[in-house]
Amino acid sequence: MTQSVVVQVGQCGNQVGCRFWDLALREHAAVNKKGIYDEALSSFFRNVDTRSAGDGPDIYKGKICSLKARALLIDMEEGVVNEILQGPLRDVFDSKQLITDVSGSGNNCPVQAENQLISKYVEGILGIASPPSSRAVGYKVYGCQYRENIVEKLRKTAEHCDCLQCFFIIHSMGGGTGSGLGTFVLNLLEDEFPEVYRFVTSVYPSGEDDVITSPYNSVLAMKELNEHADCVLPIENESLFDIVNKIHQMINSGKLGSTVKPNSLVTSSAGTAKTVQEKPFDAMNNIIANLLLNLTSSARFEGSLNMDLNEISMNLVPFPRLHYLVSSLTPLYTLADVNIPSRRLDQMFSDAFSRDHQLIRADPKHSLYLACALLVRGNVQVSDLRRNIERLKPSLHFISWNQEGWKTSLCSVPPVGHSHSLLALANNTCVKPTFMELKDRFMKLYKKKAHLHHYLQVDGMEQGCFSEAISSLSDLIEEYNELDASKGGLRTDPSRLKIAV
Amino acid sequence: MSIVAVQLGQCGNQVGHEVFNTICGDVRGTHGLCSKKENEAYHDACTERFFSEAESGVPVARAVLVDMEPKVISQTLSIAARSGHWKYDDQSHFCQKQGSGNNWANGYSVHGPRNKEVIMNLVQKEVEKCDRLSGFFTIMSMAGGTGSGLGAFVTQCLRDAFPTSFILNHVIWPYGTGEVIVQNYNSVLTLSHLYQSSDALLVHENDVIHKICAQLMHIKQISFRDVNQVIAHQLGSVFQPAHTAEAGLHYSRNPLGDLMEALVPHPEFKMLGLRNIPQMPENSLAYSTFSWPGLLKHLRQMLIANAKMEEGIDWQVRPPCPGSSISSSHSTNKLLHFNTSIANLVILRGKDMHSVDLGSFRDPSLYTSWLNPQDAFNAWKTPRAFNKYEKSASLVSNSQFLLKPLDNVVGKAWNMFASKAYIHQYTKFGIEEEDFLDSFTTLEQVISSYTNL
Ligand SMILES: Nc1nc2c(ncn2[C@@H]2O[C@H](COP(=O)(O)OP(=O)(O)OP(=O)(O)O)[C@@H](O)[C@H]2O)c(=O)[nH]1
Ligand SMILES: Nc1nc2c(ncn2[C@@H]2O[C@H](COP(=O)(O)OP(=O)(O)OP(=O)(O)O)[C@@H](O)[C@H]2O)c(=O)[nH]1
Ligand SMILES: [Mg+2]
Ligand SMILES: [Mg+2]
Repeated sequence: MTQSVVVQVGQCGNQVGCRFWDLALREHAAVNKKGIYDEALSSFFRNVDTRSAGDGPDIYKGKICSLKARALLIDMEEGVVNEILQGPLRDVFDSKQLITDVSGSGNNCPVQAENQLISKYVEGILGIASPPSSRAVGYKVYGCQYRENIVEKLRKTAEHCDCLQCFFIIHSMGGGTGSGLGTFVLNLLEDEFPEVYRFVTSVYPSGEDDVITSPYNSVLAMKELNEHADCVLPIENESLFDIVNKIHQMINSGKLGSTVKPNSLVTSSAGTAKTVQEKPFDAMNNIIANLLLNLTSSARFEGSLNMDLNEISMNLVPFPRLHYLVSSLTPLYTLADVNIPSRRLDQMFSDAFSRDHQLIRADPKHSLYLACALLVRGNVQVSDLRRNIERLKPSLHFISWNQEGWKTSLCSVPPVGHSHSLLALANNTCVKPTFMELKDRFMKLYKKKAHLHHYLQVDGMEQGCFSEAISSLSDLIEEYNELDASKGGLRTDPSRLKIAV
Repeated sequence: MSIVAVQLGQCGNQVGHEVFNTICGDVRGTHGLCSKKENEAYHDACTERFFSEAESGVPVARAVLVDMEPKVISQTLSIAARSGHWKYDDQSHFCQKQGSGNNWANGYSVHGPRNKEVIMNLVQKEVEKCDRLSGFFTIMSMAGGTGSGLGAFVTQCLRDAFPTSFILNHVIWPYGTGEVIVQNYNSVLTLSHLYQSSDALLVHENDVIHKICAQLMHIKQISFRDVNQVIAHQLGSVFQPAHTAEAGLHYSRNPLGDLMEALVPHPEFKMLGLRNIPQMPENSLAYSTFSWPGLLKHLRQMLIANAKMEEGIDWQVRPPCPGSSISSSHSTNKLLHFNTSIANLVILRGKDMHSVDLGSFRDPSLYTSWLNPQDAFNAWKTPRAFNKYEKSASLVSNSQFLLKPLDNVVGKAWNMFASKAYIHQYTKFGIEEEDFLDSFTTLEQVISSYTNL
């Protein structure tokens, strides 16, 4: 079995990561009734003997002793990370897995002084929380300063894996730390671990984002994602927000009657380790955590059609840069009865393609599919997959050379509280509007050179970085445009090889 | 003589397990409906073929299990052990930590060379357990990365290491609407490579078996296990012991050799399809009776009309009249659907099979003209009933059965190839565009050969 390491960067990354670890523990606890450290657990957790001094050796077999997350927590301020360390999940992390501004050891990097100046400066001018939400600072300053530290900790984490398959970066595109340091780490992973997959979960800023410079941060970060990620799972908070509201409405309207099991909601934290009060982002972050759990379920648990993580990019990324996957999770809620009538099972498949279940504001049905994956969990068989693919196919547009562009997997272990679930991943041109909107917002600032000087003050940040980043984004949008243009056209198959008889 | 099975990848291991299960269930069953002596001979021949005897008395499958990820093999081993009637050798399996990621190039160029020695050692150990080796039966899908890529590599290694043994590759053809997006690439690479080193490819199409599960077996929610049980039943009906015409009263000693001799007269033609009759849910069997002429009439029409099962056969299709050439015939339409054969093998199991008239399968108009019709048809028989069916007939056919599916796969792969989509995933592991072109050329040649029968 393989292992994965989660790298959570910035406030958003760490808050989402926190929900992920909580739900991952809950999921394994539900499956692993005997308390034995098994292969499935080993994919995200180490089992550490805490009785001996220090770090303690890994235990590979036998009883669960102390589970440690295969994670690296990075933030430039201590707040969020400290909160995690004081919360119910504290035992899952140890101090060696953290990098925060003050915990960093060799603070004698000359950039430090300058950085603090900028930090104050930006804070004053923009009136935003410290440290500055400038990707430049996250990327160039902290990155350089902590490179050794980050690499060392990554290596340590990697050493505990016997077959490290994938890094999952979780970050926001709007924040300075998340976008800057997040993509800095992405580059670093490519240098240090070229064989290991890099999956990035990126929370894109909304139009009314509180971080004024978020368009700069996002566009600068997009260039790195374009070039260095194997797969990106874009998320928009507005979509998460709508989904959360929808679930609340469904429950409050009483339409579902008393059959709803509250702890089976994708947004629910019921039954988890949490004791402190729910935070505003928690319900939304649970959705992202579920996305990651479902994405990795078939690699962790058995099933009649497994899907290893390396199959995701193989099947869904036809061209290296087109690696943005729009995801949707269904069902959002489940009813208490376990024997699902096939009508409701089919509804789960229909919903996965509807606009209001997507984790970004996008409509895959009216755009062009390059490829589509259906990752199913629970009591679902190959005939259910076939029936639904046949049923849905006529309403979807696939690119001419990939008319049967479906990847499917069947994992026999359902999510906690559900009898079945579906994660759909679409490589679809419907991501384009998100990118175009980002570009527009970037251009509005950039034309006026607004706030630009905060970035340019940072060593190694030049205006060229901005023009390169925006042209990288424009190129990407153009690639999607070209694909879209092929949509309406007449299909002519290329003529086959001729064999001399 | 014995057959060593090599199960590769998730599909290969899941199907392989079901095959041994079916075979074991069949010999253990009390449904043989034949003399005690016959039954014992059948039992002994079957054991020699597929099982070695462990000290514990539980038969041990002559199989090597290979996958690049651990989950499937550990599950397969434990389910087999739980049956109590047979098991796999504890030592005879090999897995790594991560699968080939549906990438043929990864299986063929990376996992293959890296693990060649271990795998071939396991095979060698299995071979040493056999008094006499008939050959190898590899089981794999062609859509994933391990069964297809590593499977093609291992087949080549088997060919090199055992030049005089027979190799039959059992290949699962993917669902048309896909479980794997790059399945057509992987299939093209697999088929073209197997064509170089295998003696014959025995193909099962998932779509076809799925339909059989729905229409004949009346299964509502069809699982891979259901599909695999039908496949295993069909394979068992071919590979369980039977008397060849030559061997007379003894069970055929060299099952793979006999099969190749009967069905593969020319190395350009090695795609074998399989049909069987009857096929129905177990609880309907008790209420059904069959007559041999009825079964064979259906089976023959399934052959000439290329019907995948006994339901929905097109009875209009007829063989061309002798002497009439296709272009001058007034019924071209019917002829277009006519399935021309190179060679056929019919296997009859059960009551009264000696009285059966197989003349209709010897009809020269069923066959391509360049082969002597006498050599083109063979029949194997046994009075021992198979798997609870009082009478059953199977047909293994080297014919145009697979022409259309093959043409489809090559066509779709070619479309994708023209856009260069996904190619970078293969070049990463050393499979270049030229390699694809070579594979396309090989298969276009095969298509053309079968088309022009
Ligand atoms: N879904 C979700 N979004 C969040 C969360 N926290 C912050 N965000 C979003 O992330 C963006 C702000 O980035 P942060 O992650 O807070 O910033 P950072 O990475 O810590 O970087 P700094 O600017 O250095 O603080 C905004 O778009 C927020 O809406 C969270 O817990 N969940
Ligand atoms: N009939 C049948 N087909 C199967 C089964 N499992 C998988 N398949 C088919 O096999 C193909 C997928 O290949 P797998 O065998 O899963 O792949 P693999 O050989 O394990 O290779 P990787 O997973 O890529 O390393 C698809 O076409 C599936 O439809 C099974 O149990 N029975
Ligand atoms: Mg922050
Ligand atoms: Mg596999």
